[in-house]
Amino acid sequence: MNFDLLSIEAVRALYIVSAVLFILTLGGLSNQESSRQGNIYGISAMTIAITATIFGPQVSSNYSILIILILLGGSLGLLLSKKVQMTEMPELVAILHSLVGLAAVLVGLVSFINPVQEYIGIEKTIHSIEVYLGIFIGMVTFSGSIIAFGKLSGKISGNPLVLPAKHYLNLFMLLAIIYFAYEFINAQNLNVASIPLTIMLIVSFIFGVHLVASIGGADMPVVVSMLNSYSGWAASATGFMLSNDLLIVVGALVGSSGAILSYIMCRAMNRSFISVIAGGFGTESNVVTSGNQDQGEVQAIDIEEFKTMITAAKKIAIIPGYGMAVAQAQFVVNEIINILKNKNIEVIFVIHPVAGRMPGHMNVLLAEAQIPYDIVYEMDEVNNDFDKIDLSIVIGANDIVNPSALEDPNSPIAGMPVIECWKGTHTVVMKRGMSTGYAGVENPLFFVENTRMLFGDAKESLSQLLTLNN
Amino acid sequence: MKVGILKEIKDNEKRVAITPNVVLKIKNLGFDVYVENNLGYESSFYNNEYIDNGAEICTKDEIYKCDLILKINKPSYDEVSQLSDNQTLVSFFSPSINPELLDRCKKDKINILSMDSVPRISRAQKMDALSSMANVAGSRAVIEAAHSFGRFFGGQITAAGKINPAKILIIGAGVAGLSAIGTASSLGAIVRAFDTRPEVKEQVESLGAQFLTVNLDEDGSSKDGYAKVMSKEFIDAEMALFKEQAKDVDVIITTALIPGKDAPKLITREMVELMKPGSVIVDLAAQQGGNCELCQRDKIAIHSGVKIIGYTDLPSRLPSQSSELYANNLFHILDELTPNKDGQININMDDNVIRGMTVVRDGDITFPPPKIEVSASSISKPIEKKVELSKNGREKKSSVIPGLIGLALLFLVGAFAPESFMNHFTVFVLSCFIGYMVIWNVTASLHTPLMSVTNAVSSIIIIGAITQISNTDMISLVLSGLAIFIASINIFGGFAVTKRMLGMFKK
Repeated sequence: MNFDLLSIEAVRALYIVSAVLFILTLGGLSNQESSRQGNIYGISAMTIAITATIFGPQVSSNYSILIILILLGGSLGLLLSKKVQMTEMPELVAILHSLVGLAAVLVGLVSFINPVQEYIGIEKTIHSIEVYLGIFIGMVTFSGSIIAFGKLSGKISGNPLVLPAKHYLNLFMLLAIIYFAYEFINAQNLNVASIPLTIMLIVSFIFGVHLVASIGGADMPVVVSMLNSYSGWAASATGFMLSNDLLIVVGALVGSSGAILSYIMCRAMNRSFISVIAGGFGTESNVVTSGNQDQGEVQAIDIEEFKTMITAAKKIAIIPGYGMAVAQAQFVVNEIINILKNKNIEVIFVIHPVAGRMPGHMNVLLAEAQIPYDIVYEMDEVNNDFDKIDLSIVIGANDIVNPSALEDPNSPIAGMPVIECWKGTHTVVMKRGMSTGYAGVENPLFFVENTRMLFGDAKESLSQLLTLNN
Repeated sequence: MKVGILKEIKDNEKRVAITPNVVLKIKNLGFDVYVENNLGYESSFYNNEYIDNGAEICTKDEIYKCDLILKINKPSYDEVSQLSDNQTLVSFFSPSINPELLDRCKKDKINILSMDSVPRISRAQKMDALSSMANVAGSRAVIEAAHSFGRFFGGQITAAGKINPAKILIIGAGVAGLSAIGTASSLGAIVRAFDTRPEVKEQVESLGAQFLTVNLDEDGSSKDGYAKVMSKEFIDAEMALFKEQAKDVDVIITTALIPGKDAPKLITREMVELMKPGSVIVDLAAQQGGNCELCQRDKIAIHSGVKIIGYTDLPSRLPSQSSELYANNLFHILDELTPNKDGQININMDDNVIRGMTVVRDGDITFPPPKIEVSASSISKPIEKKVELSKNGREKKSSVIPGLIGLALLFLVGAFAPESFMNHFTVFVLSCFIGYMVIWNVTASLHTPLMSVTNAVSSIIIIGAITQISNTDMISLVLSGLAIFIASINIFGGFAVTKRMLGMFKK
């Protein structure tokens, strides 16, 4: 049986249509209204690409296996997407990244065993490099994503792994990979070439594991977006390997998307990409407590005082951190803002770019609790207007509201943009105790004159606010 | 240790140094509290409340025997003559203008802590009675003005016609000025404020007033937290501004004081005459000679129909409120003085707040204290700049060098690679740029859906696996089959979860 209905030219034409639709997919995400349309473009693009390939000249047999595998994988994917909790999104994204990485490795291996055509001279060298590079990126994406998944889901400790001489270890592994690339390219036949390739597979697996394991929990948003980027580059490298422009285009789109997200996350923490990759917060153990400063006293309040402060306010800013999501407090928060709306109190949410475990994670969690997105603002949109805000409520966040980032050049988080809630009239910080955040830095916000602390479980405290109506 | 609270003897003084609530707090520091009979009568704090909170009522003579004596106004010679060795008195004292009284206390070895010498540092704010009283005075000044002004402060539109809001000019935006601004704007008046220190602009505007400036660049801030004396040119420009304002505004409240000097004359006779009849001037500097030329101490002077109020006892006109604030300030000072909470005071000269307040100790005059600088705002600013600078520096360096390296690499690739590779490479580079342009437009709130959709999109790698499925050898078939399977998980899972997420974003 043969279904070669389309000529290679027709397949190319459809690939162009598909590439344009993929660009529109990403373009659609520029705002919430067009985003759903964008997702539909994406699905159409993928459908067109797959169908065109199947009916193109490159597939000539095994149609039934192909279809069955797609359907099997597809049903599993759909099942996953139905079951996943929104707080688990970072884990899901990480594990899906690992699948892309693994697929790149597999495609690379097949391309190694069964090249599309016989290459000679410089073309052979280039093809070998492409295969080698594609498998390498795929493998790092695969193993790195698995570790990221483990860390995000709590199966592996979130603390950075600190091996002695870890920078030299990385360097050594990279040099080894380059050396075996040389061996691989110069190998006379497949059997000889498979030895350096196998060693590289193992080394790059360890490399990916070590790369992500040495990054701390606070830097997870950077890691997830970095792996996102790698999965794109892996697809692009595969495209080079198979001389397929569609793969190159789409891989490059995804690769640059992930790279930009990593950059945004790094900028939001005022850290360079290199320093994030080289190791997490706290690895230099510079836990500065600025003990010489007269920090003053923390002023604690109880729930009744908190109620009075809320009802006295006209405009309230809620600053959520990942702690709120962990406590699943966002649903209670939504009920409270409905009560406050009835009392004509304006409530806005202010989101720091690195709040949550992956870029934009807090927005998704708030959206899940049906909090309307037009009252959810980015840090930069609100920071200059805190003098108009009567009450800021910090729920489960710490480092992202730490004034020492701006005031203390010796602070480990110096220069990181933070939400400047202390410029408002009052701030209430809901916190379990006086522990420090990810970065291990004391937070002078707690000692500011117009800050009040409400100790206890955020969800419980918030539930008690539901009686505000009466 | 015994703490005694004296009743004020100054005329028209209704305030009291310690209120019943604070008696309780002082007792917790380990002191025994003695109050003079009918101490708080004028400010509505009665004997029985003091007794309930654990104080003992006694006569003036018994108070004089206490170890620590608290009052408000500076002591009279009579009062001082009742005191002797090693007793400590805490009250307002104005040591710079009362050298004889200071000498007298030195001779009698009475320790004096002066409430008006609390240094203006942030740690001492809770002890700063001058600020507390200025707050009350500023607010009361507006009430006095409203009382003497024959119209509403706030505007209204009524059936009988439109009422314009009153226009108020407040000169000096210190504690009193800011308090006056707050009170006046809450009464609905249009408030304008002037201060020589540009950094108070933000505070003024946050209270709803307009900040007036002169077209001269001179900063009136000084290191002790007060405004300093300005240059001649500045004063001329400032006077011209006041003259202009005098024609327009209905009420002027002046709060300009420079410590240890006569109050600057800001409102001249000519300006008063320019004001509309019925206008009011409240001069909070009347104690130091007044900011208005025509101000008369403790009186309402009337000139060409303009009332000039020169009361010096504004805090005493809100006696309960002032007493409560003053008593709290005193409590914080006692708290500082008794670090062990054992009822024994320790005049610790290493503590810069206590050092600043102590003007006589063990028979020595310790006034003036060594200077300390106001910490709060002036220090934090340069640091902020420094952090920013280092940020910019890093960004500049990072863009040029990688750019050059990239260009060099591009030439290198171009020199060696064959035609077909360069075609693919062109596509690759251009796609990176398209991606770059498109992704920057993605709103930050959709970054998570972006990642899940790019996840699905990057599974385009399935195309590669599909083209390999027709290979005849078993290994290739298994490997590409597995690749198709897992890429499909990703495609369906990624798009479906993106759809689910995007569906949740609702207005």
